[in-house]
Formats: sequence, C-alpha cells, structure tokens
Amino acid sequence: MLAEYALLLVGTVLVNNFVLVQFLGLCPFMGVSNKLETAIGMSAATTFVLTLASACSYLTYTWLLVPLDLTYLRTISFILVIAVVVQFTEMVVRKSSPLLHRVLGVYLPLITTNCAVLGVALLNINKAHSFSQSLLYGFGAAIGFSLVLVLFSAMRERLAVADVPQPFQGAAIGMIAAGLASLAFMGFAGLV
Amino acid sequence: MSFIETQPLLAALIALLGLGATFGAILGFASIRFRTEGNPLADQINQILPQTQCGQCGYPGCKPYATAIADGDAINKCPPGGQETIDALADLLDVESMTLDAEHGEEKAPKVAYIREEECIGCTKCIQACPVDAILGAAKLMHTVIADECTGCDLCLDPCPVDCIDMIERKTGIQHWRWELPSDNLIASDRAAA
Repeated sequence: MLAEYALLLVGTVLVNNFVLVQFLGLCPFMGVSNKLETAIGMSAATTFVLTLASACSYLTYTWLLVPLDLTYLRTISFILVIAVVVQFTEMVVRKSSPLLHRVLGVYLPLITTNCAVLGVALLNINKAHSFSQSLLYGFGAAIGFSLVLVLFSAMRERLAVADVPQPFQGAAIGMIAAGLASLAFMGFAGLV
Repeated sequence: MSFIETQPLLAALIALLGLGATFGAILGFASIRFRTEGNPLADQINQILPQTQCGQCGYPGCKPYATAIADGDAINKCPPGGQETIDALADLLDVESMTLDAEHGEEKAPKVAYIREEECIGCTKCIQACPVDAILGAAKLMHTVIADECTGCDLCLDPCPVDCIDMIERKTGIQHWRWELPSDNLIASDRAAA
C-alpha cells in the first residue's frame, strides 16, 4: 500500500513530470522562470492550488457528475472548480496572511489558466484514482512542477549572464535549454 | 424513466447552473467575509514614492501613481525619486529595475521654490497650484514659501503671471544642516522611509 503510493509519487514527480515529459503548464514554466525568487513563489502557489484543486475536482466528479450521469461535463465543471478554488484561496490568503499574499499574490490568478491544473484533474478521472490517490497525484504533479521550475530558473539566471550568440539570446536559448532539460528527464523513463 | 434519462439536456443545464450558483454564492460570501480595507500594496508603494505630489508621472499625485503601479503601471515615471526610488520599487515588486523614463523628466538635485517677494503681486495663483500647501499669503498681499514644506515640484512656476518664483537648489552644509525628520510622518513632504 505504502510502496504503491511512493511509486505513484516518484512516478509523477520524475518519470511523468508534468512539464518536461507531458508538456503541460509550459506557459508559467517559460514565463516565471526568469528569477529564482519568483519561481519559488510560483511553485509554492501552484503546489497549494494543484493539491486542493485535484481533491475538489475529484469530489465534484464523484458526488455530482457520476450520480447525475453527466460525466461528459467534467472538463467544464473542472474549469469552474479550479477558478473558484483559486479565487477563494486568494481571498482567504489576502485576509489571513498579507505576508504570504505578497509572496503568492500575483501568481495565484495566473494558476487559473495553468493547464497542468486541469490536466491533473482530468488525468485523475482517466486513471480512475481513488480520493487519496488523486490527492497524491496532484501533490506529486505540483512537486514535479516546482522542482523543474526552480531548477530551470536557476539555470536561466546563469544563462542571463552567459555569452550567448546573438540569434539565440533571450527566449530562444530558454526554449533550447527547456528542450535539453526535457531530454534529460527522459532518462527517468525506466525508473518506475 | 427518471428525469435525467428523459431530459438529459435540461439535467445538464440545471446541474451546471446549480454548480455555478453554488460557487458564486461561496465566492460572494467569501468576498464579504474576507474583505480587506484599502490596497496594502498601493500603500507600501506610496511610502516609497517621494511625496512631492508633482504630477510629473502623469497622475495627479503620488498616491494615484502608487495605485497605478499596484495595477501594473511602469515604475520608472518618477523623476523626483530618481534611480533610488525605482530600485526600491523594483525590489518591493520583485521586477527588473529600469532606468528613469526620460519622457517624464530627468532626475534633478532637490530644489526649493523661492518667491522674489518685491515682485509678487499677491494673485494667490501659486497657492492654488501648490500640492502640499507650502505657500503662505493672501489676495493682494505678497506670498512666501515655507522652505521646509516645499517639495520642489515646479508646479507653482507656470501659474505665476509675473514669473517671480525661482527654483533654487536645496543647499546642504553646515549653514543649512538640519535634523533628519522624524519617521512618524506628519506632513506630506516627510518620507516614511527616511
């Protein structure tokens, strides 16, 4: 039982990494990886929302859509759920912890449009995960996202001062580096 | 035959509407329950701005500009604050620092307005223009500037019909040295950051 959960976690973080293997959530991955600090803020916010959203969307699916035989509405319902979870979290954080809000604040609304969040919710259904598995899958996806984002932002901080040939400067070298990182993550394919 | 089987379209509509309404109610409740007064970020930005109220940024004063920055305006529109303010803002907002936007003016040494009193005709136009109420005087009586209150914003120069106002450099040195203002700011020219 425990080994199964551990395998699921390692599998989501490394082997089926959402960003570099499944290519979900690429826009925040490229957009907020310019500075290490912002990447950490974004990672924390995403971890929080992804875990919460995967739990909420599982509950919506199991307790509302399945009994009503409306499973074909899952995508649109999950979009609703994610938007509400993000908005609600933002309100609560702003009220209860202005400090945390300063760290996460600007990133929270961005997560609404992060396709990794919707991807996790839908994959949970496709893989017929249980509630605790869904929670772990969401958390693992978020950890994988954070790991890659932090690694990549540290790399881009170095790239910013590196002597890059002019045609490759800026976003171009970022894309190339992302491609190489993705190749490196394919090395994990046989792990689980 | 249940309602869901006979009317799948209606059932779907009702379910989604219900879901939307529930979520809307939750958010509506949360927005009242977790309401925060003011905009904490704009207040923090306002504290960094120099409070000259000069309007060179294109906004009527420092507070409106602070609100605009909090909503995503550029941070390099404040000539009186100069590079120091831009760096502090970049640090606070976690964005790249930039150089001053030349369109809004250039960084100058701190200045203070001086009214050549024998030429003043007492029109009160500069009093109305002063954003920090640093000019004293009454109609048909000569005006003068309270140097300690003046932020050197230049706004009194244009309205003056007889051009009797000079901007002179705020001198530093033994003759003009004064204590740092207390950090509890009581007047607008007083920077909270100092």
